[in-house]
Amino acid sequence: MGVSMTTIMDAILSAAVAQHGGEAAHAAVAASHGVTGPLWIGLIPLLPLLGVVLVTLLACFNEKSKMPAWISVGLLAVSFLLTLFAYLGWNGHDAIHLKLWDWIGLSWGDLRGQTLAAGFAFYFDGLSLLWMLFVTGLACLIGLYASEYMEHDAGLGYCRFFAAFNLFVFSMSCLVMGDNLLMLFLGWEGVGLCSYLLIGYFYKKKSAVDAGMKAFVVNRIGDLGLLMGMLLTFTTFGTLQYDALFNQIHTGLTAGGTPLSQTWQVWAIPLLLMGGAFGKSAQLFFYVWLPDAMEGPTPVSALIHAATMVTAGVYLVARMMPLYLADPAHIALTAVTWGGAITAFWSATIAVAQFDIKRIMGYSTISQLGYMFAGLGVLATTGGVFHVFTHAFFKATLFLSCGAVMHGFAGQLDMRKLSGLWSINGFRVVVIAMLIGCLNLSGFPFTGGYFSKDMIIAEAFVTPDSVIAGSSWAGWLLLLTAGMTAYYTFRVFFRVFVGPVVYEPGEDLHAHDDHEHADAHGHGHGHDDAHDHAAEHFHPHGPKWAINLVLTLLSVGCILSAGLYFLGDHHGWAGGMVHASSAVVDTHAVEGGEEALLFGQPPHEIMFYISAVFGFGGILLAAWFHGPKGIAGLLIGGRTTAAEVRMDPIAKALRPISTWAVRKWYVDEFYHLVLVTPLKIFAHLFHWFDKLIVDGLVNFFGATPRVSSDAIGESTQTGVLHDYALRMVAGIAVVLVVVVLVLF
Amino acid sequence: MHALLADSTLTGGLLTLAQSDFPHALSTLTLNHYLFVSAAMFALGIIGFLTRRNLIIMFLCTELMFQAAGLALIAFGRYHLNFDGQSFVIFVLTIAAAEAAMALALVVLLFRRRESLDADLWAELKG
Repeated sequence: MGVSMTTIMDAILSAAVAQHGGEAAHAAVAASHGVTGPLWIGLIPLLPLLGVVLVTLLACFNEKSKMPAWISVGLLAVSFLLTLFAYLGWNGHDAIHLKLWDWIGLSWGDLRGQTLAAGFAFYFDGLSLLWMLFVTGLACLIGLYASEYMEHDAGLGYCRFFAAFNLFVFSMSCLVMGDNLLMLFLGWEGVGLCSYLLIGYFYKKKSAVDAGMKAFVVNRIGDLGLLMGMLLTFTTFGTLQYDALFNQIHTGLTAGGTPLSQTWQVWAIPLLLMGGAFGKSAQLFFYVWLPDAMEGPTPVSALIHAATMVTAGVYLVARMMPLYLADPAHIALTAVTWGGAITAFWSATIAVAQFDIKRIMGYSTISQLGYMFAGLGVLATTGGVFHVFTHAFFKATLFLSCGAVMHGFAGQLDMRKLSGLWSINGFRVVVIAMLIGCLNLSGFPFTGGYFSKDMIIAEAFVTPDSVIAGSSWAGWLLLLTAGMTAYYTFRVFFRVFVGPVVYEPGEDLHAHDDHEHADAHGHGHGHDDAHDHAAEHFHPHGPKWAINLVLTLLSVGCILSAGLYFLGDHHGWAGGMVHASSAVVDTHAVEGGEEALLFGQPPHEIMFYISAVFGFGGILLAAWFHGPKGIAGLLIGGRTTAAEVRMDPIAKALRPISTWAVRKWYVDEFYHLVLVTPLKIFAHLFHWFDKLIVDGLVNFFGATPRVSSDAIGESTQTGVLHDYALRMVAGIAVVLVVVVLVLF
Repeated sequence: MHALLADSTLTGGLLTLAQSDFPHALSTLTLNHYLFVSAAMFALGIIGFLTRRNLIIMFLCTELMFQAAGLALIAFGRYHLNFDGQSFVIFVLTIAAAEAAMALALVVLLFRRRESLDADLWAELKG
């Protein structure tokens, strides 16, 4: 009894110290572990914001040239260079702080936890620097790509596109660079808005508008989790500022002095934040919005829905890693692991059956995001973050290659109607870029994707099941998924990019040919009778310099990203960045230093061979089933047309299952039945309740005097003075009688 | 009785409405009598206003009601030994005089328009 009393007293005392010394301690930490950054760091997000203003002004002046693109690309390039300077000037371990102004300051008492303060402030540690490097870099490159890709919309559409594009980069920078959860939330909602605006860019197309709405609504459901997690964080820890928050978590006590491990918030907050992250990153139940988001222009799919925005959820979990680790039972981390692993597998099963090459890339994005979450869940934060980085490059490359195909074939994306791009004039760069992207995605040895994926899968075997329940099973599931990934990736490559030349233009033909006419002189192949025999006279046109340049640079980026694995002391460059951030995990402390073995070998070493086997297996399967005859099909393919492959009879034999897979397991239909339809019924009920009862009452009270006065007025408003006088007297008489009766 | 009244006059304690040398019948006047007269005047005014069509007569009836109200005010003021009622009536009289001047001018104008004082001729306004 005496001992426990002393412990409690100690806890209370240290809590009191933490309360009173909170500000001072925070200041001391900032002084010792942080440096104040130069003011120009603030330009990194503000330059894209300036871009929004300038592009909007251009729209006001009805600018028809490519000026919006050049302004955006220029500003984004400066933004990227500033980020690069910030990185080069960074000392490698301390966070850089920069506060521009006080943004929110609410106070309702003097105690800790009664002040909600958030500055418009930036926080640059390894994690945010890594993210900002690829966000601004890729945004600049993809902006350049879009300058050509969107040229048929020059004018207001072009301005609209680039305004939203710049606004996205601004929001994403706030999300990543913010020094508190409120800044993150500002950016979080900002990128959601831009995503909505850009998915619905082709606003005359109903499917695009619906897809934008779907993305917005599904994201809002996740955001509810994020918001609740933030509020709980504030009530539990009394702050939303990262440094203060992590210091508080480090003490192992809540702001009120309760030991963290005894509270329910310790698992509830990370789970709620995970809900937000899963919504934004299209995981588990929330993934349905991302494939539909492919309705947006391809540069948008590449930047927002593959490389940057969808990794915001990964960023959130990585940033809040101390919070996840504070739970001794690792409930939230287990949920993150399994949520990621199941999503990775599930969306791979859909991707193998799709025919729309852009959708396949969409599903593979969901799948790869699943890998990243699984990586964070099994404490491989370095692997997860490195995979974010490599994935940003190779998935952007893949999307932009698909976009170049789409651009050249009038919107054709169906792999049954396209074949042999290698042999079509002007598509060589696209095919090579695609090949590099595919090799990365399928985890071909010595590519960036290979190293980053291996780190995640190996760590799943290293982390004991006692820490993360079923961790090694998740590892096997991820390995199987890696094989499927290789298969569906090369299924696209073997069918569309090599083999006999077959093509059919897509449905954008007429709009596309109008544009062909407009710049036929500059381009070299106009069509005289394009409108009459458009399909017969269709000539695919290869991309011009902007797209080719961007694809080349990105391919080089993909190749170089593999080299990052060999830099630095902490498992590559990404590991070094993670070690200088809040995402670092002391695995020995968490796992108890247990030596894990897989087939008698350390998992991190043997995984290079195992995953290579799975990767090769997938590629060979794809070559056998979908590869063309000859060397391009690795000598085992047998395809001679675009539409018929060896997979067809097998798919036919597996009829119900293969049809379900093509139909995406009817998940959309299921959601429609279970969620959308009941909600719609409720909405209609409430609508009618509102119309009939609420509006009805109001209208009734409004209409009653009008109708009755109309009726009475007709007979009573005679204009005869005596009538009025008589009625007045009668009224007074009645009142008097009543008064007398009541009083006496 | 005489002495009592004189005495009360001297002390300023005005106990009744009647003065010492009033006729006997009047010395028993109470508040109710005055109110009765006032009510009668008011009722006459109303009846006159409702039954007559001549604008001038109707106007006179309103004046009658006015004075009835004034009488009631004075009676109550006297009853409560409070001069607010009387002073109020002085204001009412002043305003009534001004209003009478205007109202009569209006009546003259209306008469010139229609060559008649019948109030029912002015019914088309439906006000």
